Amino acid sequence: MSVMGLFFIFIATVAIMWLVRQGVMESPWLEEGEVAHYRRAGGAEPPTAGRVGLAVFLAVAGCLFSLLAAAFFMRGDAPDWQMPPIPGVLWVNTFLLAASSVALQVAVFAARRADAERVKTALLVGAVTAALFLIGQIWAWRELLELRFFASSNAANAFFYLLTGVHALHLIGGLVALARTTDKVRGAERVTKALTTSVELCAIYWHFLLFVWLLMFAMLIGWADGFGAICRRLLS
Amino acid sequence: MTDASVPQNVAPPPAEVPDVDLYHAHSWITKYVFSQDAKVIAIQYAGTAITVGILALVLSWVIRLQLAFPGAIPFIDANVYYQSVTMHGMIMVVYMLTAIFLGGFGNYLIPLMVGARDMVFPYVNMLSYWVYLIATLVLVSSYFFPGGPTGAGWTLYPPQSILTGTPGHEYGIILMLVSLILFIVGFTMGGLNYVVTVLQARTRGMTLMRMPLTVWGIFSAAVMALLAFPGLFVACVMLLLDRTLGTSFFMPSLVELGERKDYVGGSPILFQHLFWFFGHPEVYIVALPAFGIVSDLISVHARKNIFGYRMMVWAIIAIGVLSMVVWGHHMYISGMDPWFGFFFAVTTLAIAVPTALKVYNWVLTLWHADIHFTTPMLFALGFLVTFVNGGITGLYLGNVIVDVPLSATLFVVAHFHMVMGIAPVLVIFGAIYHWYPKITGRMMDERLGKIHFWITFLGAYAIFFPMHYLGVLGMPRRFYEMGETAFVPASAATLNIVITVIALAVGFAQSIFFYNLFKSLKYGAPAGGNPWRAASLEWQTPETPPGHGNWGKHLPVVYRWPYAYSVPGAPEDYLPQNAPPVRGERSP
Repeated sequence: MSVMGLFFIFIATVAIMWLVRQGVMESPWLEEGEVAHYRRAGGAEPPTAGRVGLAVFLAVAGCLFSLLAAAFFMRGDAPDWQMPPIPGVLWVNTFLLAASSVALQVAVFAARRADAERVKTALLVGAVTAALFLIGQIWAWRELLELRFFASSNAANAFFYLLTGVHALHLIGGLVALARTTDKVRGAERVTKALTTSVELCAIYWHFLLFVWLLMFAMLIGWADGFGAICRRLLS
Repeated sequence: MTDASVPQNVAPPPAEVPDVDLYHAHSWITKYVFSQDAKVIAIQYAGTAITVGILALVLSWVIRLQLAFPGAIPFIDANVYYQSVTMHGMIMVVYMLTAIFLGGFGNYLIPLMVGARDMVFPYVNMLSYWVYLIATLVLVSSYFFPGGPTGAGWTLYPPQSILTGTPGHEYGIILMLVSLILFIVGFTMGGLNYVVTVLQARTRGMTLMRMPLTVWGIFSAAVMALLAFPGLFVACVMLLLDRTLGTSFFMPSLVELGERKDYVGGSPILFQHLFWFFGHPEVYIVALPAFGIVSDLISVHARKNIFGYRMMVWAIIAIGVLSMVVWGHHMYISGMDPWFGFFFAVTTLAIAVPTALKVYNWVLTLWHADIHFTTPMLFALGFLVTFVNGGITGLYLGNVIVDVPLSATLFVVAHFHMVMGIAPVLVIFGAIYHWYPKITGRMMDERLGKIHFWITFLGAYAIFFPMHYLGVLGMPRRFYEMGETAFVPASAATLNIVITVIALAVGFAQSIFFYNLFKSLKYGAPAGGNPWRAASLEWQTPETPPGHGNWGKHLPVVYRWPYAYSVPGAPEDYLPQNAPPVRGERSP
C-alpha cells in the first residue's frame, strides 16, 4: 500500500496547489463584479477540455496501476510466490513501445510546424510500432503458456498476465483514439489547431503508457524487489 | 472590493465561453431515450436508481421479516435471507445512492449551477448512463439464473464468496462481479464529465469560490469516486479470475467438504484492503453531495447566507483527503498489526473535526434565521439530526478497542444506516422536493410532503435507534436465526418484531411520496421560475423547465456568490448571482 501512499501524496499535492492557485483562500462575500479574480496573467491560453479530461483520466488510470502494483507487492510476500522466467521478447517490446512514443512526439512537433506530411508518417510509424508491441506481448504470453506457466499454477504468473493484460487493454483503447486522429489527419487539407490538440493528446497518453510499462517491466524482472521489501517493512 | 493581487490590465475572458458544439436531437428517440442532454440523462439515472432502490427496499422487508418471525415465512430460507442481505446492501450503496447523487443530481445540477450549456463530453455522458443501466440489468438478472444471486454479503469477502457453500456461487457471484466492473466503467465516464465540466465550463465570473456548495460536494465526491472505484475494480477483476480461471490472488489453500481445492497461498486480507480502499471513500462519496445539498437547502429556506462558506469548502476538501486514508478501520478485527489499527483510529477520529465543523456551521446558519418550515427544510433538519446521531456512534466504532466487541453486532448496522442510509436518503427527498419545481415547472404538494417527512423521519428513527440497544446486548448481525441464546432476552425478540412492523409501515408510506411525485406532474400548482426565491444560478434560467442549452442566447454572467440572502438595502431579500451589482453593494 506504500505505492498507493506515494501516488496519493502526488495527486493531493497537485490538487491542493491547484486549488490554492484558483483562490480557495479567498472570501467570496467580499468580492463583487464579474472578473473579481480572473487571474490567468500573461495571456497563456486556458487548457482545452480534452486536455483536462485526459489529465483526469490519467489520474484514474494511474490509480488503477498503482493499486495493481500495491497488490503485486503485498501478494508477493507469500511463500508460494514464484516469478516466471521473463520472455526475452519483452526487451524488444520495450524498445518498440519507446519508439512508438518517440514517433508520436515527432508527430506533435510536426503538427506544431503544420507539416501535414510528416504528421501522417509519424502517426503511422507510432501506430505500427504500438501494434507490434501488442503482438510481441501476445508472443510473450504464448511463450510462457508453452512453458506451462499457467495463471492458475502460481499467483506470480497470474500477476504477469493481469498486469500486461490491463496495460495492453489501455494501449488498445489508445490505438482506437490514434486511428481516429490519423483518419482526421488524412482527410484534412492542412493541420488545424484541433488536429494538433488531438495529436498532442495521443502523445501524452502514449508517454503515460510507456512510463507505466517501464515501471511494470521493472517489477516483473525483479528490479523493484528492493522497493517491495521497503513497502513490507513499512507495513509490518 | 477588488483584490490588489489581481493584475488590473488582464483582459476579461469572453462573455460567451467558446462552447461545446451543442448536440441537437432530431427525433423522439434521440431526445428522450439516447439523449445527450445532461438533464434527460439525469432523469434517466435517477429513475433507474429509484427503481432498483425500491427493489432493495423490498429486500430489506425480507430481512426484517426473517429477523422478527424466524422461520414463519416459508419462502425465506437461509439462502434467500443471505441473498437479500447481499443484494440490499450492494444495490443501496452502489446502484442507488452513488448513482442518484452523482448521476442524477450531478448531471442535472452541475451544468445549471455553474452556468454551462451542458456537460463537456455529452456523448460520453450518454454512454455512462447506458453502461450503468446494463450493469443494473446484469445484477438483477442474477435472480433468473440457477442458484440465484450471490449471498456472500455486500463485502463479497473471499474465500467464502466463491466457495460452494455460499448461495449463488455458480452464476450469482460472476454476475455480481461483472455488473460491478461495468458500473465502474460507466461511472468513470460520468465522473470524468462531472469533474471536467466543473473545471472547464464555468461561466464568466463563476470562480471556484462562487460555486454553490452543492457543486463543491458533488465535485469532490466525483474526484474521490474516480480515485476510489479503481480499488473495487481491481478487487473485482482479481476475484473474478479466482472464480473463473482458478488463480490464487485471494484464495488460500483450503479443504472444502473433504476435497482439497487447487488454490495456494492467496491473501483474503489483500481483498479486504482493496475493497475497503474503495469502501470507505464510498461513504463520503455519498455523504459529500448530501453535505453540499443540505447547505444549500438550509441557506435558501432560512433566508440567510451559509455560515462560514470558506470553512465549508475547506472541510469538504479535508474530508475528501482524509477519507482516503481511513479504510483500515473496517478491518480492525482482521488481525492487523495494532500499530496499524492505531494509525487508522487516529485518521478516523480526525475526520470528526471537519465534519463537526460542518455541523456547527449548519446550526449557526439556522441561528437567528428566518426559517421557513417547507418540506425541503424539514428534510434538511431531519438530516442534521440523523447525521449527528450516526456520526457520534461512528466515534465509538472508530476506536479499535470499542469496535472489536461491537463489530459483529447490530450496533454497526444501526450506525451505518443512520449515517449513510437514512441521512442521505432524507437529503435525496429534500432535494427532490426542492428542485422538482425547476425540473417540472410545478410544485409538489406541501401537505403530503410534510406527512411524508414526519412518517419517514420518525419511522426511520424508530427502526434504527433501538438497534443500538440490540447491538450493545450483543445481538449479532448477519445471523439467519438466533435460536435459544442465553444472553439475548425475550424482550429483544419483541423489539425485533416492533422494528419490523415499523419498517413495513415506513416502506409502504413511501407510496405517499410517489403519489405526490406523479400527481404533481400534472396537477401541481405552477411554480414559476424561482418559487423559493433562491439566488443560485439554476433558478435564473430563462425557461422553466430549462430548455435545451439551458441559457437561451447568452450565457449568464456571475457577479457574486450564491448566498446573497437578506442583503441590507437590496430591493428583495435575495440577490441572484447573475443580477448586475447595485452601486455600493456589500453582501452581508
